[in-house]
Amino acid sequence: MAFAGRLGWSALSLGVFVALWWIAALVVDSRLLPDPPTVVRALVVAAETGELIFNLLVTLARVAASFAIAMLVGSALGILLGLSRTADRLLSPWVVLFLNLPALVIIILAYVWFGLNESAAILAVAINKIPNVAVTLREGAVALSRDLAEMARIYRFGRWKTLRHVILPQLAPFFAAAARSGLALVWKIVLVVELLGRPNGVGFELQSSFQLFDVATILAYALAFGMIVQAIELGLIQPWERAANRWRR
Amino acid sequence: MTAVSIEIAAKTFPASGGAPARRLYADFSLEVADQSFTALLGPSGLGKTTLLNLIAGVDRDFEGRVAFSREEPRIGYAFQSPRLLPWRTVLENVTLPLPKTAASLTRALGLLTEMGLGDAADVYPERLSLGMQRRVALARAFALEPDLLLMDEPFVSLDEANADRLRDLLAELIARRPTTVLFVTHDSREAVRLADRLVVLAGPPVRVEQDVAVTLTPEQRTMPGEVDRFREASLGLRRGAVA
Ligand SMILES: Nc1ncnc2c1ncn2[C@@H]1O[C@H](COP(=O)(O)OP(=O)(O)OP(=O)(O)O)[C@@H](O)[C@H]1O
Ligand SMILES: [Mg+2]
Repeated sequence: MAFAGRLGWSALSLGVFVALWWIAALVVDSRLLPDPPTVVRALVVAAETGELIFNLLVTLARVAASFAIAMLVGSALGILLGLSRTADRLLSPWVVLFLNLPALVIIILAYVWFGLNESAAILAVAINKIPNVAVTLREGAVALSRDLAEMARIYRFGRWKTLRHVILPQLAPFFAAAARSGLALVWKIVLVVELLGRPNGVGFELQSSFQLFDVATILAYALAFGMIVQAIELGLIQPWERAANRWRR
Repeated sequence: MTAVSIEIAAKTFPASGGAPARRLYADFSLEVADQSFTALLGPSGLGKTTLLNLIAGVDRDFEGRVAFSREEPRIGYAFQSPRLLPWRTVLENVTLPLPKTAASLTRALGLLTEMGLGDAADVYPERLSLGMQRRVALARAFALEPDLLLMDEPFVSLDEANADRLRDLLAELIARRPTTVLFVTHDSREAVRLADRLVVLAGPPVRVEQDVAVTLTPEQRTMPGEVDRFREASLGLRRGAVA
């Protein structure tokens, strides 16, 4: 099966990566480049103290909150920009501005203006992501079919039916694209936000390990979180996308 | 119940993208009687689809008015292209405009079967041939039990046998449940076969060039010889002059 084949290739490719890493670690032979077993041991240690799970959950909660806000606000904004020429003319320079504002600037300003608290952290991440979502969904809204909108109007679909059966299915690929690139961006930025101004989470843990030059723990956390994000991609986004694309030839 | 009175003082498509402005209609009027079957004939690009869009209320950007003899008539519109929702199955496409009742479902399934699409009810439209998609769009328009049925060249891209079957089906459905029909076609045989009034349009701007009542009996309509004779006599067409 194609899926098994793809899985096989992924496994092979990851295996080669781990092998190269292991060889490099053996050659360098330094605490600063631990070999895979050392990283796994660090992972187990962190897991046993319960710190790993706690920090992962905290970070995941932040990712979920800022991701949800960014998708909601970004989609609404993007659809508005796509449907209204006036709104597009008025607001797209802002979108471009925020799109190009470095994440770090937004984070620092959020902390400075709103204090070192949870809302500021989540807001900072969301603001970083909103322009991306808006730009993607704007493409989707611009491409909405007029033919189908007219059809829905003549057949008196009403607002809810039109949204559910005509508009949202057309936007689904754009939601998926925004969600996918969004997840990757959001979790990276959440770590930075945690590193700069939160007393817990993966980002905070990484900073503590950084100060101790504890590379094994850094890699252990990166590995754990990377796997979670991969699981979300494989277990949530891809199945949803497949279901949404069932109708395609 | 649904007579239509159309008066278009002016309908112009503004110039865009290098194309000059197009004045399609100026002082055009057409009265369509209740429960009549009017066939609209005319050269390509004249504005027939535009006319149906004005009547359907999809295009409100014109001077004039379209009045119906009843408030808010239910309109079934078989567009020139099928306009199905590709992400909904054939059956869902037909039932979506209908109230969610068992009767709607039965009617939809019945129509699909009559159109030879009984097996395709759960298929997504993009997996069907264009001719099949057109039939689904027709089923959707019929299933609504419309007060006014607008059809824009509904039988093109069907093979002759299928098109003939569907013409018979259309005639039968309308006999069963009379409704007002406006039917755009390039095929004058088809028009004579089905309609009780032929309106030949010319222009631009669009004007009614010929307006003929079709006086054939239902039996005569099924006889190709009679249909041809009528075409020649009334439209002044020689055999085969217009497809
Ligand atoms: N949205 C539009 N904007 C600009 N011009 C348009 C638009 N829609 C139609 N037209 C123009 O109006 C004219 C009439 O178009 P219409 O689709 O009504 O023709 P038609 O009589 O239905 O032709 P056919 O028999 O080929 O379907 C065409 O010349 C077309 O280019
Ligand atoms: Mg047309």
